[in-house]
Amino acid sequence: MAGYAVEIDDVTVRFRSKKRDVTALTDVTMRVEPGEFVSIVGPSGCGKSTLLKLASGLLPASTGDVRLFGEPVHGPRKDIGYVFQKAALLEWRSARKNILLQAEMRKLPPKEAAARADELIEMTGLSGFEDALPHELSGGMQQRVALCRALLHRPPVLLMDEPFGALDALTREQMNVELRRIWQETGTTVLLVTHSIAEAVYLSDQVVMISARPGTVAGVVDVNLPVERDYGPTMAEPEFAKATRHIRDHLGAAAAAE
Amino acid sequence: MVTHTQSARTGQRERAGEASGVAERGRPGIGQRLGGFLERSWRPFALLAALFVAWWGVTAAELVEPYLVPSPGDTFDAIAARPEYFWEHTWTTTYETILGFVIAIAVGVVAAVAMVQSSTLEKTLYPLLLFAQVIPKIAIAPLFVVWLGFGLGPKILVAVLMAFFPVVISMVTGLKSVDPEMLQLSSTMGAKSGQTFWKIRFPASLPHLFSGLKVAATMAVTGAVVGEFVGANAGLGFVILQANGNLDTPVLFAGLLIMSLLGVLLFVIVEWLEQLLLPWHASRRDEGASTTL
Repeated sequence: MAGYAVEIDDVTVRFRSKKRDVTALTDVTMRVEPGEFVSIVGPSGCGKSTLLKLASGLLPASTGDVRLFGEPVHGPRKDIGYVFQKAALLEWRSARKNILLQAEMRKLPPKEAAARADELIEMTGLSGFEDALPHELSGGMQQRVALCRALLHRPPVLLMDEPFGALDALTREQMNVELRRIWQETGTTVLLVTHSIAEAVYLSDQVVMISARPGTVAGVVDVNLPVERDYGPTMAEPEFAKATRHIRDHLGAAAAAE
Repeated sequence: MVTHTQSARTGQRERAGEASGVAERGRPGIGQRLGGFLERSWRPFALLAALFVAWWGVTAAELVEPYLVPSPGDTFDAIAARPEYFWEHTWTTTYETILGFVIAIAVGVVAAVAMVQSSTLEKTLYPLLLFAQVIPKIAIAPLFVVWLGFGLGPKILVAVLMAFFPVVISMVTGLKSVDPEMLQLSSTMGAKSGQTFWKIRFPASLPHLFSGLKVAATMAVTGAVVGEFVGANAGLGFVILQANGNLDTPVLFAGLLIMSLLGVLLFVIVEWLEQLLLPWHASRRDEGASTTL
């Protein structure tokens, strides 16, 4: 059935190098409903990023199935947007032209692409910075450009691999608020990998916890916070404290048991 | 009015949540860039002038015999006495150098692209390239004369051989320096390999290529002159060789001077082209330490 946006079914990923075989993920099963915001949290090296690469088709599963909207994933998928920890911008292109790279590669009609870029620039607060080169922009602004580029073609699924990991704490909080708003405005499905439990809980409908080596799903937490989430008040909600504590206990316990 | 615009801008920035934003300057035009270039490069010219004064001082005080080191005046007189002679031979060397340089760029870039596309080709070609590089060009130049005669052929070939290596190496490094995440991103955009090459790989490799080109430019001059040394009846190498035979040091010095100017000029042109074609790279580099002229 085509009900789920992302479906990962009993997947194992093994990397084979000359010295040894490494099992990055084992028996991972997870499902993401269309329009849902799901975060993946876990310790470093647990294979969180590998999960996103699986969903995008950049990496094949050793065993098990990966499906996007019911369609099996073989090879890189075009119907996604990807944001990395590094903004990965082309330094010879202005912010606007970096965003439009997406349209050029996909050969989208230039007029519509330009209109969409303007819309996203407005939405992400990049107005006034369209013509700046990446090195003239701060880390937060660069990441906004990367986000616009990922959203240009209105992908049904947005994959984000620790997008705010390199930002300072305050900028990160701002970006969290903006991402939440942008997600609400676009209605896209988001799969976010993060180290920050607070970020995961604030943003998500659901948090998937991954344990380390080999990575496997350690549990899923539904976040029962209202749709409208003001940053400060949300942080003070008992539900927020409950969810973050639950995740912390779980991941902490899993790590201690190792 | 000004305050109004400024406050509007500040407002935008605040809304964007970033105080540190874009530098408030437009892209510099060609004239501005040239002006900035001159402004930055007066120091080397001052040093050059100082060296000339020192040269003049040494000869004026007659610290060395004039037939060993001629004075700047004698050297310029030597040029002024036979301007057509110098012009003709300078032009020959310039022609050989530029042709050699351009061929080296064309062959070098194509070879680098081919090597990056196919690792088999890279493994096959690399040892050969290295071999061609370590052979002293001056040692094989006579062979080229035997093969190609006394004309332009051997000079251009030596210039190509000398300039080729830095072009290939820098271009291969450049093409491989692309952020792997950028390439992954490109494949999620459904990009064809041609698109990825022209929009991502190739432009990303240009700063590396240009650093190789600067080395190659000076090598090309050396190559052309080496070719002329081995067997020629024209060019600055020929002028120097002939003046050496006649113990005509003013002409010899004149030849050396013109040859160095030729190398510097070619280097400066490459550097200027770099600033023109890669303003994004140049402006970025300017923020750090400036490494060149």
